[in-house]
Amino acid sequence: MATNSIKRRLTLREQDVRTAWLLLAPSLLIMLGVTLWPVISTFILSFFHAPTGINQVRTFVGFVNYIEMLRDQLFWETIERTLYFTLVSVGLELTLGLAIAQLIHSRPWGWKFLRFSLIIPWAVPTIVNGAMWRWIYSADFGALNGLLMQLGLIDHYVPWLTLPDMAMNLVIVADVWHTMPFVALVLQAALAGVPEDLDEAAAVDGANAWQRFWKIRVPLLRPAILVALIVRTVDAFRVFDIVYIITSGGPAYKTLTITYLTYLNSFAFGKQGTGAALSFLISTFTIIMAFVYIKFLYHPEETQ
Amino acid sequence: MRTMYKFALIVLAIVLFAGVAGCASRQPAGPVTIHVLTMDQAGLKPAEIDQIAREFEAKNPDIKIVMEYQSYDFIHDKIVTGMAANPPAYDAAMLDVIWPDEFIKAGYLLDVTDRLTPDMKSGMFPASWNGVTRNGKVYGMPWLMDVKYFMYNKDMLQKAGIAEPPKTWEELVEQAKTIKEQGTVEYPIIWSWNQKEGVVCDYAVLLYGNGGEFVDKDGKPAFNNEKGVQALTWMKQTIDDGLSNPSSVSADENAVRDNFIAGESAFAVNWLFQYSDSNDASKSTIVGQAAFSPMPVFQAGADAGVKGSSVDGSSAFAIMATTPYPDQTWKFLTYLASNEVQTKYSAEMLPVWKVDFEGEALEKLKAATPNNPVTVPAFLAQFPYAYERPSVPYYNEASAALQLAIQEALTGVKSPQQALDDAAAKWVKLAGQ
Repeated sequence: MATNSIKRRLTLREQDVRTAWLLLAPSLLIMLGVTLWPVISTFILSFFHAPTGINQVRTFVGFVNYIEMLRDQLFWETIERTLYFTLVSVGLELTLGLAIAQLIHSRPWGWKFLRFSLIIPWAVPTIVNGAMWRWIYSADFGALNGLLMQLGLIDHYVPWLTLPDMAMNLVIVADVWHTMPFVALVLQAALAGVPEDLDEAAAVDGANAWQRFWKIRVPLLRPAILVALIVRTVDAFRVFDIVYIITSGGPAYKTLTITYLTYLNSFAFGKQGTGAALSFLISTFTIIMAFVYIKFLYHPEETQ
Repeated sequence: MRTMYKFALIVLAIVLFAGVAGCASRQPAGPVTIHVLTMDQAGLKPAEIDQIAREFEAKNPDIKIVMEYQSYDFIHDKIVTGMAANPPAYDAAMLDVIWPDEFIKAGYLLDVTDRLTPDMKSGMFPASWNGVTRNGKVYGMPWLMDVKYFMYNKDMLQKAGIAEPPKTWEELVEQAKTIKEQGTVEYPIIWSWNQKEGVVCDYAVLLYGNGGEFVDKDGKPAFNNEKGVQALTWMKQTIDDGLSNPSSVSADENAVRDNFIAGESAFAVNWLFQYSDSNDASKSTIVGQAAFSPMPVFQAGADAGVKGSSVDGSSAFAIMATTPYPDQTWKFLTYLASNEVQTKYSAEMLPVWKVDFEGEALEKLKAATPNNPVTVPAFLAQFPYAYERPSVPYYNEASAALQLAIQEALTGVKSPQQALDDAAAKWVKLAGQ
């Protein structure tokens, strides 16, 4: 009887496992369908010469799509531009986000309104945000020209988006305005969880506000900073919509980012295979970046 | 427990089945809905096309028309992504004159050769049919006849004491200098030189006006020869001299129109639609001031016998090959192209019907809208000199290389010769693939 009862208990556990799988099945099926399958089929596609169209003949070409891209100067220029965009925009977002989070945390007069108004740029869809900034930068009718003229900083209107060295920075400003609130809100929420007594104890020991910020708050914020960094870096590296709307990669491809290049190849030039290979190169880059962050910033034993 | 599993499995099966069944059933019980994609730029305004669609629906209660309007520069990619679905996202779409080769190769377009009537074939311009015909097969219904026009602001020229609009680009530079010096406008000339198809159209106008060509008789790129380089160097020079608006480098045709009708420029190269907007008091500050003149050419081109230059910007409507409703779609496209509709809505877009420009019909056409007494003669003067862009399946990528080259030269990243040589090398490579 004893063996029988053990067996029965195991069966119950098995039944639990079965129930778990059954309950998970619908979401697993959906994930397989909408995530894994497209990833696999894109991976397969990246080894083919695959022109867009109906019933087009796909020819297997091995690593040719990858090799061609890695040999293309435009690809490396584009990677460089995209890294520049990523580093500068994420750097600005983090710096400004941390400053604003600290500001809100110190509860100045009107901090609730500040926190509320912070959400507005983030709530604006990227496409709308891009269209708005395109008008702000407009050479003939733009608010930026109007403002600088009234301040007497320029004596005639500047066609901002035609300046090869300037265009990318202007796109970055638009992107920072849009996504910095996300970083600020994440960090502000994390700051609220930092115990006040640590801060007070340090103050008693004679640490000034600057030291307390860098030596106590920032280390305790590290997990939140890591989350914000990974999310924002991966997002920034894959930036597409804001570039599409503001500059469409111009002038002279000076704002062409890697996802835009992928889009051009896949849809404008009808080279699905090249586009798929580029997608995988982008994934590789983002995985490397996430890995680096985790390696250098994520130390779970410290935060416990 | 067991019964619960069975119950859960049955529920799951029902949910999945319902989902699959829901995807499969598109066949509606009521009227058939036709989705049509076209541009909100040159040609008719969305409101006018909507009006035509409502008129069509009133006559054909069994067909419902849903129009989708996009900026021209997005249309090509919209068609490509729309065709990835089955049935396609659009039953019909605008077909620009530069796309048929690529889209026929991709299998996107329905062959409509057998649907044409003799009236259509003989009544419309041969050029309209050439735009949609490949290897004797017809893939679309002509819709819009357009070329780039040279427009100027009469009042500004008069104020500057200029009696006649320029006949050569060299004269244009002189007149622009006069207008700039008088301070009427800061930048007298505006163009659509952003990194899109518009810059290739404007470059075509200048290239052919200098006696140049995109490709030579053997199909080899020829725009990087002396004539092409001169045209591009001239473009850059007019920006450096403050005569062409530097914002041209980020302007599309709509931005050119906005600049011209705000009275910010004295000269503009654009499609026909700019004229009617310039006389629309609700948005224009230059009502009654816009005028046409035949497109100037370069003095060197004129000396070599070039009489005129422009670029063909016609478009058609094509039926998507995989639509479940080709007959209903064709009915609508036939209505859009009908002589009656094209004459009624000719304020921004002149008819594709050659017969409308002959004999008594011409007088009728000129009287059809207040714009026509001006636009019809302008069209007849410019249309014979409209050049075609290359007709190849890889046009889009070739054009992108040329757009990049022109922008590199205009922004000073490369010299005109170097930029055009690089683009030509890309064209050779594309032709070899």
